[in-house]
Amino acid sequence: MKSTSSQKLSNAFLVNGVLAIIVILWLIPVIGVFASSFRDRFDIQTSPWWSILPHRDWVATKTINPRELGLDPSGPMTVEGITATFEEMRAGVEQGNTRLIWVGTRPIGKIQVQEKQWVSSSNLNLENYRQVLLGKSVQIKLADGTTQTVRGDDFSGSLLNSLTVTIPSTIIPILIAAFAAYGFAWMNFPGRRFWFILVVALLVVPLQIALVPVLRDFAGLKLNGTFLGIWLAHTGFGLPLATYLLFNYIRGLPRETLEAAFIDGASHFTIFTRLILPLSIPALASFAIFQFLWVWNDYLVALIILGPDPNVRVVTMKLASIVGDRGQDWHLLTAGAFVSMIVPLLVFFGLQRYFVRGLLAGSIKG
Amino acid sequence: MATLEHSVEGEQRSIGKIFTWILRFGLAILIPLIAFFVLYQGFLFLRAGNAPKWVIALVAIVWGVGGVTILYYVFNRLVESLPTDWTARLQPFVFVGPALALLIWFLALPAVRTLYISLFGRNGPPALPILMAVTNPAEYFAAVSAQFVGLANYVAVFTDRLMLGALRNNILFWIGIATPLTVIAGLLIAVLADRSSFERVAKSLIFMPMAISFVGASVIWNFIYEVNPPDTPQIGLLNAIIAAFGGRPHGWTNYTAIAPWNNLFLVIIVVWLQAGYAMVLFSAAIKGIPEEIIEAARVDGATEIQIFFRVMIPFILGTIITVTTTIIIFTLKIFDVVWVMTGGQYGTDVIATQFYRQSFINRNSGFGSAIAIVLLLAVVPVMIYNLRQLREQEAFR
Repeated sequence: MKSTSSQKLSNAFLVNGVLAIIVILWLIPVIGVFASSFRDRFDIQTSPWWSILPHRDWVATKTINPRELGLDPSGPMTVEGITATFEEMRAGVEQGNTRLIWVGTRPIGKIQVQEKQWVSSSNLNLENYRQVLLGKSVQIKLADGTTQTVRGDDFSGSLLNSLTVTIPSTIIPILIAAFAAYGFAWMNFPGRRFWFILVVALLVVPLQIALVPVLRDFAGLKLNGTFLGIWLAHTGFGLPLATYLLFNYIRGLPRETLEAAFIDGASHFTIFTRLILPLSIPALASFAIFQFLWVWNDYLVALIILGPDPNVRVVTMKLASIVGDRGQDWHLLTAGAFVSMIVPLLVFFGLQRYFVRGLLAGSIKG
Repeated sequence: MATLEHSVEGEQRSIGKIFTWILRFGLAILIPLIAFFVLYQGFLFLRAGNAPKWVIALVAIVWGVGGVTILYYVFNRLVESLPTDWTARLQPFVFVGPALALLIWFLALPAVRTLYISLFGRNGPPALPILMAVTNPAEYFAAVSAQFVGLANYVAVFTDRLMLGALRNNILFWIGIATPLTVIAGLLIAVLADRSSFERVAKSLIFMPMAISFVGASVIWNFIYEVNPPDTPQIGLLNAIIAAFGGRPHGWTNYTAIAPWNNLFLVIIVVWLQAGYAMVLFSAAIKGIPEEIIEAARVDGATEIQIFFRVMIPFILGTIITVTTTIIIFTLKIFDVVWVMTGGQYGTDVIATQFYRQSFINRNSGFGSAIAIVLLLAVVPVMIYNLRQLREQEAFR
């Protein structure tokens, strides 16, 4: 056999190495935005985010006033052992580890002596987050000590709106779907097969198909721009998958348990609330995460149903509006992007196990 | 129960049957209707007050969730207090009814209505009361036929210059490139992770973008693609790398000189977001391959590459098909990334952005609806496949 232990070792090294590179590639975009969100507005625009890592860069060590040394800017000058003209110094003259730069105009400018040193621009603070999260106007302190009032982004209001939209839009469809799933799984009624086929057929229907008619209904009912409207819409759009997933799960619960409960005289409602719901918690949790992430991250439905009213604006819309209005304001965008991600990331890492389980169960739907 | 009734009572029975159906129907409609009414009143009340925002949010959440729960409870009590056979007849509709009513209102009926609207011009069918078709048919049908355009919107979908570009992008870039890239990336990562010594961490991190919104992802990638004027420091990673090798920095998603290939920079974002999904499913499938089969192949002298193509791939083919279909359906509807990154400009339009623009910006609901119907038709094969699977599973006896 050629598969010696050394070859196995090099194989493992290769596998781990390639995977590590892929993981790093996957993370770099997020790290870049995360690091930038703590940087000063000016820094973000003038130097790349990786300059916060230690790197070699020119650092001014001292400033020389050429007139005090009696140097004449109209001819070649010798400073720190380097001879150069004004024009050359304007562009910067390098020699070894030293660089000379003329700062200012010819008559009154000064010469800066720079050396290459290990530096990291570590001017990190929470100013951007303050500006993004707090109300309509925010006092910020500039580097030179003066204060300035800028327009805040009131992201905290949008966060609250997102929670108000997301929590009921997650719980209501689960509740309705759980009742329906139980009905389909354990009750007999005419048309049961037909209605379930409808549920399965609707699994893949693109929600674009519903937007125009639903918007018309909502306009008639004055539901446009209301939380109630978007709860209803998300409930309707989430129900097929919720019903299907929960049906599969509830159907698989042991029949004997239910029959025993029936013989003891329990009603459907009691069995459902006391027995089925507690037993289905894993399935409920996986769909809950699914729906929570989907609603929190949704942009299209919010855009159409909530509309432009700033009072009900959710985080995705808020973020998209900053991209549109002030696409170059990276200090706001990076912090805003992170604020919008905190909640779903917490949910995701906290309940990842259930999420994966839900994905695997849902994959049957194709 | 019903079987005990005698034929003499046949007439009574059929009346009873109709009555049952009316009650069933009523229940299915009534629960959502009352829930809706109560919630709506609550909202008017909330909006009238000017409580702090978080109070309103909290009350709204409790109101919405609590209201629905109480409603099920009340209706169930009502039905259970009826005679036993009536309970048996009506109770399923307390359970299933609300879900069906919402499904019909939000998905089934809109599909039909959108189809109807798609046969009309800009403003859709005239907004006349349906009753008018009975009371004043001549005027009603005259008004309808004045707006009726037949299949003209569908002809436009497949001839309009912008729509053709959108269809090309969806088929070539999103289905043709994004989908296989996502599947391959997911498969590669799943196989590598399966043999690595930090599987859990790696999978978690690759999977993480699934939790990020498309809008958030657009900000993240905009930052990668950011361009500064040449000879100034590039703060976008991609341009910094290019500048470091002496190249010329560009904007990427709006780089029309390489159109239509600037779409690739949008594709990358979606691959980044979705590969985690593919990976999770493939990873589970790979774990399902019996160890003996792979061992046997190894003993027979198969190389790792051969094992991958000859043993693993055939074994997980079902999962590959599932993942591919899911991603195709997903990419057919792709909207957020394109809308936030480019707004569909620079030749990056897709079907869903065209749908949005036509329906809600140009207010051409006939054309917009025709686009939505085309999207629906595109997923019909998957729908049929799902229904066939359902029949085969016989989950429904």
